[in-house]
Amino acid sequence: MMSELTDLGVKAIRDGVASGDFSAREVAEAFNANVAAAGALNAFIVATPEKALAAADAVDEARSAGKQLGPMAGVPIGMKDLFCTDGVQTTAASHILEGFVPRYESTVSANLWKAGAGMLGKLNLDQFAMGSSNETSYFGNVVSPWRTAGGGNAAMSPGGSSGGSSAAVSARLCPAATGTDTGGSIRQPAAFAGITGVKPTYGRCSRWGVVAFASSLDQAGPMARNVEDCAIMLEAMAGFDPKDATSLDMPVPNWAEMLDADLTGKRVGIPREYRMDGMDAEILDNWERGKTMLRDAGAEIVDISLPHTKYALPAYYIIAPAEASSNLARYDGVRFGLREMPSDKDGERAGLQDMYAATRSEGFGDEVKRRILIGTYVLSAGFYDAYYNQAQKVRALVAQDFEKAWGSCDVILAPTTPTASFPLGSLDDDPLTMYLNDVFAVPASLAGLPAMSVPAGMNSQGLPLGLQLVAKPFDEQGLMNAGLAIEQRAGFTARPDRWW
Amino acid sequence: MSVDKPTVAKIASLARISMDDAELERMVPELNNILGWVEQLGEVDTSDVEPMTAVIPNTLRLREDEVNADGLTGGDRREDVLANAPAAEHGFFGVPKVIE
Amino acid sequence: MTNDVVTSTYRLQGATGEWEVVIGLEVHAQVTSAAKLFSSAATEFGAEPNTQVSLIDAAMPGMLPVPNRECIRQAVRTGMAIEAQINKYSRFDRKNYFYADLPQGYQISQLYHPIVGEGQILLEADEKAGIPEDKIIGIERIHVEQDAGKLMHDQHPTMSYVDLNRCGVALMEIVSKADMRSPAEAGAYIRKLRSILRYVGSCDGNMEQGSMRADVNVSVRKPGDPLGTRTETKNVNSVRFVMAVIEGEARRQIDLIEDGGTVVQETRLYDPDRNETRSMRSKEDAHDYRYFPDPDLLPLELDEAFLEDCRASLPELPDAKRARYTGELGLTDYNASVLTAEVETFARFETLLAETAKRLGKSEAEVATQVANWTLSVAPGVIKSLGEEAKLEHNTASAQAAILEMQAAGEVSGGQAKEIYEIVLRTGGDPAEVADAEGLKQQSDTGAIEAEIDAVLAANQDKVEQYRGGKDKLFGFFVGQVMKATGGKANPQVVNELLKAKLG
Repeated sequence: MMSELTDLGVKAIRDGVASGDFSAREVAEAFNANVAAAGALNAFIVATPEKALAAADAVDEARSAGKQLGPMAGVPIGMKDLFCTDGVQTTAASHILEGFVPRYESTVSANLWKAGAGMLGKLNLDQFAMGSSNETSYFGNVVSPWRTAGGGNAAMSPGGSSGGSSAAVSARLCPAATGTDTGGSIRQPAAFAGITGVKPTYGRCSRWGVVAFASSLDQAGPMARNVEDCAIMLEAMAGFDPKDATSLDMPVPNWAEMLDADLTGKRVGIPREYRMDGMDAEILDNWERGKTMLRDAGAEIVDISLPHTKYALPAYYIIAPAEASSNLARYDGVRFGLREMPSDKDGERAGLQDMYAATRSEGFGDEVKRRILIGTYVLSAGFYDAYYNQAQKVRALVAQDFEKAWGSCDVILAPTTPTASFPLGSLDDDPLTMYLNDVFAVPASLAGLPAMSVPAGMNSQGLPLGLQLVAKPFDEQGLMNAGLAIEQRAGFTARPDRWW
Repeated sequence: MSVDKPTVAKIASLARISMDDAELERMVPELNNILGWVEQLGEVDTSDVEPMTAVIPNTLRLREDEVNADGLTGGDRREDVLANAPAAEHGFFGVPKVIE
Repeated sequence: MTNDVVTSTYRLQGATGEWEVVIGLEVHAQVTSAAKLFSSAATEFGAEPNTQVSLIDAAMPGMLPVPNRECIRQAVRTGMAIEAQINKYSRFDRKNYFYADLPQGYQISQLYHPIVGEGQILLEADEKAGIPEDKIIGIERIHVEQDAGKLMHDQHPTMSYVDLNRCGVALMEIVSKADMRSPAEAGAYIRKLRSILRYVGSCDGNMEQGSMRADVNVSVRKPGDPLGTRTETKNVNSVRFVMAVIEGEARRQIDLIEDGGTVVQETRLYDPDRNETRSMRSKEDAHDYRYFPDPDLLPLELDEAFLEDCRASLPELPDAKRARYTGELGLTDYNASVLTAEVETFARFETLLAETAKRLGKSEAEVATQVANWTLSVAPGVIKSLGEEAKLEHNTASAQAAILEMQAAGEVSGGQAKEIYEIVLRTGGDPAEVADAEGLKQQSDTGAIEAEIDAVLAANQDKVEQYRGGKDKLFGFFVGQVMKATGGKANPQVVNELLKAKLG
């Protein structure tokens, strides 16, 4: 019974709890047990079984009192440790925030609790969401539940930065988890772990209470095992928040109810610039299969051009570090988190600025430091125009490319990543190669567009491959409809063998 | 444009991250690698392009002038504000003494 | 950039000749609003440390700014009051630096696209104050930004304490052009600016509480030479200190240059106790603020309706009011200047003026001079002489107007009016009743006065003859005698008329 419950997704759990097939407490207990047994994956920084149980009990009580249940009632989820949670340590996987216990709840997590969800724990991630492999966490790497076929025991990357989320969902430690996507941080780990992840239009989900990485790019979204679960969860997460000046003041549609995989009359754009030199043949094959599936769903496949694609990633690696260098200035050892006091030097008492430098040196990991330095450099006197301003202009061109493309298509199909998952440690000494992981994900981020990754097949090594869909602003419905069409045809049922 | 060690040291100081020599040495090629790569943006003709300011067309909303409009944006919560401070005394945050 | 059309004659004498001082001011004015610029914490002065601090002001992880409409509105109204260009498109930028009073590690300000562009302020000629003729001071821009918190250094041996109550309070930074040429002009500029802000209601102008502070940019040059290197003295918080900083700093720079040194562009601090400026140690590292548009905030776009509302809510401003007082009301330049300098003064004056005109059934212009004299000299004199005995809650416009009415009707003399006013202020009594009860009324009964006149003339026959012989000056003597005989209660006008008739 227990193991079966943890195979269920968001909708199945919600409906089962509502109809009394099982109690929310049983569900929470089953997932708590899976979380407790999965230490080897290191997916959670903190487990909060008591929170999951308390939320479940509240749902069970409400049900027996005949009250109306929320759209996520009885569903325990994992919370990426970038969302501030009232009374529960929030670290962004950094040493500098170790021990930080917010006295407030992020809007997105509050929305989820209001919808009846419960929290299994805080999920590991790349430090401050900077990374594509989950190797930059202060609390250790997350290990993917997936291993290569043929008995290889190499620890694989779950992707990043929402790697704890992708690993936990694919390993059935939770039916769904929150993610955040700045330049692919939902989509790339979803692809690596064979799950579905949706980054909605910029502004759909409030950023209030989410530890900021790059404000103009950060967007929260759901990660689950199918499109419908993502739609249900996104409905619960999204909504106008007056506390976030960039929040969209628009009603949240009933995405889940309106899901429709019939794409008759829809045009799917295939951006020719995404076909890059030396691309993995299996990725290309997967892309081809995607076209066939969407054609089969009634869509017309059209060739499109997004001419500035090549420049999106370098622009991103100016804009995101620039914003991050400023967003992370608040971690200074004064009001929260780590404080490191250097010893007095040469008879001179260490002062405030010395304390800052020591705290930040000790508290930030290498990748975070690297990006802060890049960001500081590109904003510094004399370089602003050449780097930051030029990058924001290129960003405008990338967005214009998409706008033009919407004249000839309704949704865009592309690979999510240039490769499948890779072994942890294999890209250690080369930040640049690591950055290239996000080459297909970043353009939609720069343009603020809704985009998702949906599992579409396996490569010859037995690792999942995702397909990426990108839609017009605010058209999460069209996006998820296309995702559903792929899901229904891909028949992706693979799951990692439990070795942990 | 490439950075040398003194430049990296200067940036690190501007960013208030103390770095020893070894760290600085290591950062120089890494940063140059990344900077060299992002410089391809210079190829793009942007002479008629305005830099992007709003990702999704949207106007800046303004709030009404109301004190403690809601608990999450208002004051009167000193205990919460100081709760995580490494050094808090008498209702203040404490920092190493500053000489102005 | 500089306005050399009107040249000041202010010169400092150095060993090598005369020097001209060039001054620009950046005034930080706290915007009058109930809540902070980007959070809903209160702005009130003097609260317990860190009680008016929101999670946003403390820059907790994940906190976001949302701008306060009132702060934007006040900045726009201020811009309109100095006839400035209002930018319908503006943006907030981050100014990045590390300091313990700046929790975010950046100040949200406006560098690239400020909300208010170029404007101007008129300094009226005031010979005595060192301003020989009218002068226009250009305003470069006004932008909106966050205030920082406060550090206290003397509470603990090894620690500074941080209070974030002020952190995030809205400021307007009003940047002048380097158009001022003397301490007097700088002083007049700040006073005028303060007056405008208070008229508009966008800043309370309270310099003691730090609602207005100035960064003072000073350089010196030989007249006709290009601009010299300037220094910036931060956070000077009174008109007197601003003038002292300019004098001291100009003198320091002249001495330095004449001794063969060069002025370094730097930030300095003013020490009022020693009346000198010194280089600031803590902000010594060459600042590279890495300004960039705040990605948490979208561009600020103002629509016509908003601007119209700002425009419609503007009061009559000092220059216009002064012109109306001298033109329409016929007041002297001096009275008009004094009455329009402070909001409280003109408010008191205008209320009393309206009330008095109504009671007397006259136009405001007809009673303005009387009311102005009362407001500027009579009333303040009485209040001052009473000291603590004066209960200001009794100092109503209607009571004062009633007194002025009796005086205008000849029922009471000027002296009696003052006495009545004194009693009213002490007791809150009704002026007419006080006049009756205390016998503070003039005698206008011609019969009684005539009798007194006859008696006085009879007792001073010699003087009567001298008067009739051409010694006109004696007329005053007779008036005095009659007034004395009536205990000062006779209506002097009636006395005059009767005396003239009797003396032939």
